Amino acid sequence: MKRKPEDEDPKTVMTRRSFIKGVGVGAAAAAAASGSLSALAAAEAKEVKPEEMQRLTLRVNGRSHRLLVEPRWSLLFVLREKMGLSGTKMGCERGECGACTVLINGVSRYACMTLALEAEGDEITTVEGLMEGEELGPVQQAFVENDAFQCGYCTPGQIMAAEGLLRSNSPLTVTEIQKGMSGNLCRCGAYVHIFQAVEAAAKARSGK
Amino acid sequence: MKKETEGMYYTHGLTVPETPKPGDSPKPWKQTNVVGKRIPRVDAYERVSGTAVYPSDLVLPRMLYGAILRCPHPHATVKGVDIRKAEKMPGVHVVISGSTAGNNPGWKYSAFTRIEFATRIFESHCRYEGEPVAAVAAETPYQAWDAIRAIQVDYEVLPFVADEEKALATGAPRIHDKGNQMGETQRYSRGDVQKGLEEADVVVEMRFNTACELHTPMELHGCVADWDGDNLTIWESTQGVYPVQNGVAQVLGLPLSKVRVIGRYMGGGFGSKLRAGKYTAIAALLARATARPVKLILSREETYLATGNRPPAHMKLKAGVKKDGTLTALDFSCLASGGAYPAGGTALVDWVVRDLYLCPNVRSEMTDVYINAGPARPMRAPGHPQGAWALEQMMDALAEKIGMDPVDLRLKNVPTFSQAREGSPPYTSTGLRDCLVEGAKAFGWKEAREKIEKEERKSPVQRGVGMASGLWIAGGGGPPSTILVKLFSDGSVNLNMGASDIGTGTRTVMAMVVSEELGIRPEMIQIENADTGTTQYATASGGSKTVPTEAPAVRAAAVEAKRQLFEMAASELKTDPSGLALTGGEIFLKEDPTKKIKITEIPGLKKAGVIVGIGYRGPNAQNRVVNPFAAQFCEVEVNKRTGEVKILRFLAAQDSGRVMNRLTYDSQVIGGITMGIGLAMTEARILDRNNTGKLVNRNWHDYKLPTALDVPAEMTSLPIEPEDNEANTTGSKGLGEPVIIPTAAVVANAVRHATGVRVLDTPMSPAMLCKLFSEKRKEG
Repeated sequence: MKRKPEDEDPKTVMTRRSFIKGVGVGAAAAAAASGSLSALAAAEAKEVKPEEMQRLTLRVNGRSHRLLVEPRWSLLFVLREKMGLSGTKMGCERGECGACTVLINGVSRYACMTLALEAEGDEITTVEGLMEGEELGPVQQAFVENDAFQCGYCTPGQIMAAEGLLRSNSPLTVTEIQKGMSGNLCRCGAYVHIFQAVEAAAKARSGK
Repeated sequence: MKKETEGMYYTHGLTVPETPKPGDSPKPWKQTNVVGKRIPRVDAYERVSGTAVYPSDLVLPRMLYGAILRCPHPHATVKGVDIRKAEKMPGVHVVISGSTAGNNPGWKYSAFTRIEFATRIFESHCRYEGEPVAAVAAETPYQAWDAIRAIQVDYEVLPFVADEEKALATGAPRIHDKGNQMGETQRYSRGDVQKGLEEADVVVEMRFNTACELHTPMELHGCVADWDGDNLTIWESTQGVYPVQNGVAQVLGLPLSKVRVIGRYMGGGFGSKLRAGKYTAIAALLARATARPVKLILSREETYLATGNRPPAHMKLKAGVKKDGTLTALDFSCLASGGAYPAGGTALVDWVVRDLYLCPNVRSEMTDVYINAGPARPMRAPGHPQGAWALEQMMDALAEKIGMDPVDLRLKNVPTFSQAREGSPPYTSTGLRDCLVEGAKAFGWKEAREKIEKEERKSPVQRGVGMASGLWIAGGGGPPSTILVKLFSDGSVNLNMGASDIGTGTRTVMAMVVSEELGIRPEMIQIENADTGTTQYATASGGSKTVPTEAPAVRAAAVEAKRQLFEMAASELKTDPSGLALTGGEIFLKEDPTKKIKITEIPGLKKAGVIVGIGYRGPNAQNRVVNPFAAQFCEVEVNKRTGEVKILRFLAAQDSGRVMNRLTYDSQVIGGITMGIGLAMTEARILDRNNTGKLVNRNWHDYKLPTALDVPAEMTSLPIEPEDNEANTTGSKGLGEPVIIPTAAVVANAVRHATGVRVLDTPMSPAMLCKLFSEKRKEG
C-alpha cells in the first residue's frame, strides 16, 4: 500500500481510499475466495478531494444510473438513501453483520465496506434484482417457504449471501452452508431455518 | 403498593367492554381448519423482496439526517458546549444541546422499577458513557457526523464505579445523591428456610454469575420525525407504537392526538424497543428546529452504549433436598445493576427460584445498585434466564448428589399452582410434566445418558447431555386491546389492530384466526397495524403476551362480524340466525345445506358496503395464573484441550398452549435457543472496570453473537399442547420468552456431564473452560 508523504495535501483521500478498499475486501470472506482481489488491486487509484462531488455511473440490477457522489459515500448509503433501493439494509456499517450484502460481479460483498466510487464499472445486484418482475426468485421463495427469518431485517443480506453461495457452484453440505452463511448475523436466530432454505434453493437449482 | 407481578406488560383490574357478552363467549375450538397449520407469513413477500419499508429505510422529500453527540466518559459533568464551529459546517441545519433554548425537555427513567428518576434529554450530569450531550441535523449523515466531531465540550471528569460488586463499598463514587443502592433490598420469604435446610439430606450452596448481555437487534434504534404544523408524525422501529406516542407526547407536552406513531415493520427489539427513546424526542426536536423531516438512526456503537441491556447478576443459591428428591429449601440472593438509572437491575431474577418447583421454604433477597453504565431495558424474559442459570444448575447438582436422574428430580417437584403469588392460585394449565416426560422421550434422554456414561473417558473430546426447565411469569396476556374486523361486500376482510409484529408472526397468526372464524383464505385478509393514527389502542408487543392478548380480541371481532352477517343472511333465507353456518364464502342452513346464500349476494351487505365487527380483549379468569412452561435437552462435545464446546443437537419441549401457526412457532423456538446459546457461550458486555470505565466491546466483532457456525443444524421443536380452556378463547399462551429461559443452563449441565466441571459463570468461553479443566486436573 502506498504511504502518503507528510507534506502532501492532507485532504487527499487516495491513501484512505485504498486502505478502506483493502479492509473491505478482507472483511468479506466470500470475496477473498473469489479471486476478484487482483482485479481490484490493479484498479488505478485516482486522486480526488473530499469536498468535490464526483460523477459516477453505477450498474445496478442491469441498469445504469448516473449519480453525483461524495468520494466518501459508501455503496450502501448510495443504494439506500440516493437510489431508493432500501432492500439492502444497514446494520453496523463496519463489515460485521452482512445485512448490506449485495453481489458485485456475482460475488457476495458488504456494501458498507465498499465505496460507491469503487463500484464503478461493476455489475451490482441487490435483493430487488433477484425478482423476476413481481415474482420472487428461487432463493427468496425458499426463504418464504422455510420461514427462514423472523423480523426480516437481516433477510435481504442473507438471501444475497445465499445467492452468492449458490452461484459459486461449490458443493453444499450442511457444514458448507453453515460456513458460507457465517458472514451474516441474524439476531432473531433463524439460522436453522436459513440452512433449510439454502438447501431447498440448492436442490431447486440443481434440478433445473 | 403495586404487586411485582402486576402491570408489567398489560393492565390488571381494568374494567373492559366485552364482545361477545360474558356467557356468550365463543366455545373453545375443537378441530381447527387453519389455526395450528404450517402457513408461511402473510407478509413474507414484502420481507424477502425488499419492498417492506422499515423505519430506517424511509426517505422523505427534504429529509435531513440527525446524529447525537454522547459523553465519552463514564461519569462527568458538562461545563460548557461550544457549537459555533459545528453550526457553520457544510450541510448543517441546526445544532442543539442542553444550553440551546427550548431544546432540553425533561425525561424519566422508571422501567420495571417502582422508583422513578427525573432527568433531562441533555443531562449535564452524565452518569454513563453514552449520555446525550448535543445533537445535529444536516443534509447527509456524513455531514452530521462531521459536525458532531466539531462540537467542543468542556467536561469535568468525575471518578466512576463500573463494578456492581464495588458500588456499595465505602468511598465508592456516588452516582446519585441518595447513594448507589436503588431503593430498598427486596425480600421475599415463605415457610422456614432454616428448618427446611435442617430437614434436608443434602444441602448444596453455590455462587453463580451471569454477564451483562446486549440486545443488538439487526435494525438500529431510531426513527424519522416529521412535523406538519403542530402535528407530529414519527416512523419508529418499535415494539409498541402507543407507548412511543405516550412517551413523546409527555416529553414534548403535546396532546396524544397530535402525535402519530407508525411502526408497521421493525427489525427486532427483544425488549429494547418497548418505549420511546431519548433519540425519538431528539429527532422530533431537530425536526421542529429545522422545519424538515429528520431521520435519526443510531450508529451500532450507540446501541451498545445506550439502548439497554440484560443486567449482570451475581447470585448465591443454597438448596436442600431429601434423598427421595423432595425439595426442602431454597435460599437465594442476588446483586445486580440496571446501570446508572432505575431500570430494573434485579427485576424478576428470583422468580423461577420462587415459583418453578414445589418447595415449602423459600427465601430471596435482591439488591439493585447503580453503576456508571448504560441503563438496562427489559431483555427477552427479564431476570428469568439469570435465575434459571442458578436454579437449573443447582437442580442438576442436587440430582447428582442424591443419585437421581435430573428429569426425575424435576418431575418429583412439579407444581400445579403458583406458590409465589398471594393465595397460591392454580395455573390454568401446567404442561411442565409433559414437557419433561415427552421431551426426554423424544430426545432419547435416558439412552443418551447411559451410552455416554458407559464410554471410556480417556479421550480429550468428551460428550455429554444436559437438560433444564423453566417457566415464564407472564405469557397469558390480558386487556386492553380493541380490534376491528371489516368484512367487505366481496367477502374480503380488513383487520385493524394496534399491535406490532416484531417478527414473531403476529400478523399471520391474526389472519389465521379470522380465517378460522369466517372461512376466508388468509391471503384475502389485509392487515393494518401498528399506527396510532389509524389502528386501535394496543399495548407493546412484549412479555410474550401478544398472541394471547390479541388473538382472543381478533376472534371476538370476527365472531361479532359473523353475527351481523348471519342476521343479514337470515332475513334473506327467512330463517333464524342461530341455525346458520359459514364456509367457503357461503352461508347455509345447518339442517338443510341446500338453503344457502353467497356473502357477495347478500343485499344488506351490498347496500351497507361493509360490516364492522368490534372485538375487545375481555378480562382474564379470576384467581387463575396463565404461564408457559418449558423443558429443554441438548448434547455437547467438549474438547478438554482447547476448551471448545460444540453443541450437537437441541430439543425444546414447550408448553405455550395451543400452537397457532406451526411454522412461525418453530421459528420462535429455534430463535430462542439460538439467543440462549449466545448467553451461554459468547455474550458479555465488558467494561474497563479498573482503568477507564469505558465499554471495551462496542461492536459485533468484539461482542460475539452466535453465528451460523455456533448453532447445531439439529434443533427440534416439540410443542406440548395441554388443553387450556381457561387461559383465553384461543387457548394460546406466550412463546417468545419462555424458550430462552432454560437454554444456557441446559448447555452448562451438558458440559458438566461431559467433563465433570461445573461452570458457574457465563459466558463459557474456551479460555475460561481451559482454566477450569486445568484446575480440575491439579485437584486430581
